[in-house]
Order: sequence, then structure tokens, then C-alpha cells
Amino acid sequence: MSPKTLYDKIWDAHLAHEADDGTCLLYIDRHLVHEVTSPQAFEGLRMAGRGVHAPDKTIAVPDHNVPTTLDRANAATMTEDSRIQVEALDKNAKDFGIHYYPVSDVRQGIVHIVGPEQGWTLPGMTVVCGDSHTATHGAFGALAHGIGTSEVEHVLATQTLIQQKSKNMKVEITGKLAPGVTAKDITLSVIGKTGTAGGTGFVIEYCGEAIRDLSMEGRMTVCNMAIEGGARAGLIAPDEKTYEYCKGRPHAPNAEQWDTAVAWWKTLYSDDDAHWDEVLTIAGEDIAPVVTWGTSPEDVLPITANVPAADSFTGGKVDAAQRSLDYMGLTAGTPLNEVEIDTVFIGSCTNGRIEDLRAAAAILKGKKVKDGLRAMIVPGSGLVRAQAEEEGLADIFKDAGFEWRLAGCSMCLAMNPDQLSPGERCAATSNRNFEGRQGRGGRTHLMSPAMAAAAAVTGKLTDVREMM
Amino acid sequence: MDKFEKLSGVAAPMPMINIDTDMIIPKQFLKTIKRSGLGVNLFDEMRFDDDGNEIPEFVLNQPAYRDAEILVAGDNFGCGSSREHAPWAIKDFGIRCVIAPSFADIFYNNCFKNGILPIALPQEQVDVLMAEAEKGSNARIEIDLEAQTVGTSDGEVISFEVDAFKKHCLMEGLDDIGLTLEKISSVEDFEAEACIARPWV
Repeated sequence: MSPKTLYDKIWDAHLAHEADDGTCLLYIDRHLVHEVTSPQAFEGLRMAGRGVHAPDKTIAVPDHNVPTTLDRANAATMTEDSRIQVEALDKNAKDFGIHYYPVSDVRQGIVHIVGPEQGWTLPGMTVVCGDSHTATHGAFGALAHGIGTSEVEHVLATQTLIQQKSKNMKVEITGKLAPGVTAKDITLSVIGKTGTAGGTGFVIEYCGEAIRDLSMEGRMTVCNMAIEGGARAGLIAPDEKTYEYCKGRPHAPNAEQWDTAVAWWKTLYSDDDAHWDEVLTIAGEDIAPVVTWGTSPEDVLPITANVPAADSFTGGKVDAAQRSLDYMGLTAGTPLNEVEIDTVFIGSCTNGRIEDLRAAAAILKGKKVKDGLRAMIVPGSGLVRAQAEEEGLADIFKDAGFEWRLAGCSMCLAMNPDQLSPGERCAATSNRNFEGRQGRGGRTHLMSPAMAAAAAVTGKLTDVREMM
Repeated sequence: MDKFEKLSGVAAPMPMINIDTDMIIPKQFLKTIKRSGLGVNLFDEMRFDDDGNEIPEFVLNQPAYRDAEILVAGDNFGCGSSREHAPWAIKDFGIRCVIAPSFADIFYNNCFKNGILPIALPQEQVDVLMAEAEKGSNARIEIDLEAQTVGTSDGEVISFEVDAFKKHCLMEGLDDIGLTLEKISSVEDFEAEACIARPWV
């Protein structure tokens, strides 16, 4: 048998039909649904008189629109259009009989945090969702990617997707990470090297000692941003840490099935002599704590660097960099660690898990948020919030002067009331620094939770290593 | 879905790279439960100022390009979010074809589901078409999906690649869910086998 990559193996195990012209139907094991990209898909089913093919494999949770303030049970905290979307999901979940975690459920949260937390996401699965950050689930060795609303409708109706196979890219992070360097710094540094289109047409498998050393939470952070590098999906081969994370979760294999499941999961790795269409290797020790300076996730620099000049780039990037600098209100040559911020946002599907909150709390313990700064922590799910309270992290945040919110996507994409004002500069643990992403005119610098916590204390972009 | 066979229209030049889906349709317009009516909000933050007035310099506000049916853009068009609201807004505005050196994966697929033809061409050829687009409404670009060609007003003809199945669906205006449902017995056979091999799924 010819050697295969992990992606090849998952693909082959899910190929439900291949037409003579090579068009493939890929079977989907888990379909995650949220309120923003699904209403038109359910409407399409109704118009065509179609049902949901596999409601038991379809899981819905509202996350994009929901307010994160403590008074959100009061319907007046939501705008009417947001409320209509959430109510539409309530109704669609009920009408079509799919699994549902409503806003009032303690398990509600960001769809990409809820899926793994509840054991829906397991190694070797195919997972899709009408959200580009579905790549997150690749941390389990699941083939997971975002789809548009028409494809959401296609999966609802048929439990398959019409797909063409992607190419294989290996990204190896060798050796150990230096102190203060996290999964977020890895994933941003990779995008800094490949560019936001470097992964287009590929599924990336992340491997190497530094990746193996990461917790499941860290691996989810790495895979989450595979889409920011343009890749269809990011993958990490499952190992003992993966099995340990899955074991005992509500929808993980039961005791009877467990050994069979693990036996199959153990076959999910790339063969030694598998073919890679592209390989990128980065030494773990060369990765520094990084921040973004511009309006594309590829605009990544170590915190110790200076704001670059537009003419230091080539091609279309010269104009793009100048536009970014103008938008961000930055001058070339300014040391990044002198850039003052107005706001800190810790949360999102990239960095809203318990380990992220622990990392922020370790920096914030006994310290205060700089006077005049707005700072909020939005846990990724109700269960993450409960755990952070149990571990005493919430008290550290509140004592430091952070707002301690309920779960949701929040200021990552600012569809709910959590938004930046024009010119407001934010240290954010989310995934996109696009123009207007966090609110019209808002300026976003992406970084790790520890770096964002450090920035909250000093009021400017800060090298977290100085506070460790 | 609307069929796409041939198109002859004005092309608007947008030479920026990395035009993301937040630019194409900002998040405040995603709170709709319909697919229609998003054209007025296409490129909202680039097209209108804080008071809702048109920004005259923006390409689609210029008289020559107000009725553009083709967009010629920079590398990595449509990157970012999976929101299909982006192609819905483009189509609703009246644009049926986007030409760029490369497209983000999800956006590219979303176009075909909505009767929009995305054409990826090498940078040098996009440069030719960008120059053509800069000429304004006097230069019409001709697109022939059957022949897989783009023609300029100077008579230059450029060929492009497109997946055969996607081309077929676009030319016939086919509902691909209907096509897949014709094969549903194969899917159900697969499900039965998978259920034995991986009962925990």
C-alpha cells in the first residue's frame, strides 16, 4: 500500500462516492451550526420540502450575536435583528430535531469550544461548520473546515459535501519553545512566514516536538488559525494527550467502544515516507512572543521589533502595508513596545479556553489594569467560565479590574454590543485584525493571552517576558 | 440558481491584495435571515462615510463603474470569514464575475453556489485586465464560460481553468443538493458500513 498522510487516511475513510469525473462526496461525521450562517440553509430545506439527513450528527449553539453581559437573560440586551437570528436557531433546532445548547444552557459557548468540550469532536472525524474557524477541531486529528451557507444546506440535506482533494503541507516546529512563547506565537509566526494565501489549496499538518509538547488547548489555538494562512484545514495527529482529553466527555465513545476507537485512532498518523507537496520547518527556539502591526494576520513581528516601513515590502504589499499603517495610525520605526492601547480583549475560539485564562491570570495576579483602560475577559463557554471561577481565576481578573463576562464570540467579530469605537486600539487574543473587524475604525493587535494580560497592566504593547 | 454562460460587461478595477470578506460585507449586515438585498451594503465601509454618504473616490461610486458586472482584484480575494453573505452582496449589486490572481478557498466555492464565476489567472494576465478595467465604461470585457475565455476590447483572448463539474453546474444553473440526493443510496450504504466500523461516530 502506498504511504499516506494523515489527511489522506481521513479522506479515504470518508469517501462516500466518487463519480467518473472525479467529483467526490465526502461523508460528514459532525455538523456544527450557529445562528448567523444557518437561517437561509434551513429556509432552503423548507422551501424544497427536504429534511435533515442525520439530525443526531448535527449540533447547534448560538454564539456570534449573543450579548456577554451578565444581564443577557433580559431580551432587551439584544438588538431586534440579533434576537430574530437567535430565535430562528431555537426554532430550527426544535423543528428539525437537532442537538441544541440554547443561550440559557450552562454548556452554551462558542461553537468551536463547545464541540470538543462535549466530546462531539473526536480523532479521525470529518467536522464542518458554517464558520471559517472550524479548523480548530483539527487539533484532534479531525478533518475540519469552514463552509458557506449553501454547503451548510447541502450537509443538512445529504450529510455529505462535494469536495476536491487538497494538497498536503507539513509544518514542523522543532525543539522547545522559549519561556513566554505560546501556541498563539507559533500559529502567528507560521502565518508570518507563509502569508495569508500561502496555505491556499492545502491541508496543513502541524508536527514536531514543539507541537507534541502543546496541550490540547494549545493545539486548538494552532489549528484555529490555519484558515488565516489560507489552508482548508489544519491537522495534528492524535496521541495519548488527545485520548486523555476525549475520555469521559458526554459524547465520547462509551466504555464498551473505547478500546476499538483508540485502536483506530492509533492508525491516524502520516506514514514516514508519505508525500508532501510542501514542507515548512521552523525551529521552536527561534519563535518569539509576537504581535500584529497591520490589518492582515500575516503582518506579524516579534514584540521587540519596530513598526515596518511600507517600502520594505514588494509587489502589491507595498500599497497594502501603507494602507494598513494609515488605518492603524502607526509610523514606521516606532518600537512596537511603545504603542499605547485603549482596550484589552481576551477570549474567542482562538484563545477562550481554560488554559488561556490560566495564562492571563498568571500575569495578572496581584496586579491592576492600567487606569482608564477598558479590559474584558470573555470565556469561550459557560463551562470554561464555571471552571475559571472554581479555580479562583475569575477573582484574579475582577481584582485586576477586568470585566468578567458570559460566553460568546463577543469582540472577536463585534456582532454583539462588544465593539471598538473608531480609532480605539485593542490588544486582542482573537484571530483577525482586518479593517473594521472589531468595530468600524477599530485597531486590532493580535497576540497571546499572556501578552494581552501584560498589555492590560502597562497600557501598551508589552514583552510578557519582562513580567515573568 | 441563475445560469452563467456568457457575460459582456464593464469591469471595475480593485488592485488591492487581500480583500477580505469583512470588507466585502461588514458584520452588521450579517444579521439577516435572507439571502437577498445585500447589494446596497457591498463594500459598505469603503463605499460610504460615517454619515452614510458615498465616498466619491471609491471605484463603485464612480460614474463609469456604477453598473460594473465584473470585478478585477488583487491576490487572495475573499479571504477571511466563510460568510456567504459576501457572494450574496456581490451578486445582488450586479457583479457576476470576479477575476484575481488567487481566491480564498471558501469564498471561491461559495461563488459557484450563487451563479458567480470566479476566475483565477496569473498576475501578468490580471495586470492586462486591470489595465483594461482602468479604461472605464468604454472597455467591455467578454467572458465565455463554455470556451473558458476572457476577451478584452483590444481583441486579446485569455484562457482560464475551471473545474468541469463546477462549470457544468454553473452553465446549467443546477441545484447540487438535488444532484447529490440522486446518489443518496450510495451515501446510505457508506453510512451502514461506517456504523459497523466506527460505531461511536
